[in-house]
Amino acid sequence: MSDLHTVNKSPFEKNSLESCLRLSKAGSAILLYEDGVYGALKGTAVENMIASVVADKKVYVLGPDYKARGLDESRIIDGVEVVDYAGFVDLVEANDKVQAWV
Amino acid sequence: MSDTKNFMFLNRRAPYGTIYAWESLEVVLIAAAFEQNVSLMFVDDGVYELTKGQDTTGIGMKNFSPTYRTLGDYEVRHMYVDKASLEARGLTADDLVQVEWEDWETEESVDNIVEVVDSDRVAELLEESDVVFSF
Repeated sequence: MSDLHTVNKSPFEKNSLESCLRLSKAGSAILLYEDGVYGALKGTAVENMIASVVADKKVYVLGPDYKARGLDESRIIDGVEVVDYAGFVDLVEANDKVQAWV
Repeated sequence: MSDTKNFMFLNRRAPYGTIYAWESLEVVLIAAAFEQNVSLMFVDDGVYELTKGQDTTGIGMKNFSPTYRTLGDYEVRHMYVDKASLEARGLTADDLVQVEWEDWETEESVDNIVEVVDSDRVAELLEESDVVFSF
């Protein structure tokens, strides 16, 4: 079993995503929600941060938050999976605990 | 109160995650109602305020993005977007809403008052303003 890490801040405003990726173990699940979803878009200055971890960490993005911000689902970084609120609950249940990077 | 000033609203926050973007829009509408020269500047995460296709049905919050498209009707004449901020976020002008403007008296019109500008121009515009409101 491993942990679910959550990130809800924009990667351009805070270093929450950067710290989360640096300080989580291989096999962790990482969920981007609220302003954290901006990290999931392709072609940004932080794309490499996410792209470089998807091989050994599973990255998710909360669909309703992504959609609210006018971002296009076809432009999500490869390997990042979109989940809904039920999927969020499933992730919480499937992991030992939730660690929030606020 | 005949003095008209150049008001610049500097927006640097993403919508929905915090209340800043919404509050800025409220104050913009108030300032415009007092017949001041109102311009908006979008820098850093503020550029996210203007993405088109925002759909908040899934998060239970009011989608206030259509309001930006009405600003031309409130005689807001300029909406500037910092190019570097846009590029860092993988966005282009095509990802942003368009805002039409028309002068009812002269019938002069502009198809889109949203303008992408470089850093030097941003600095210039901020300095030229009488007052800068930061959100």
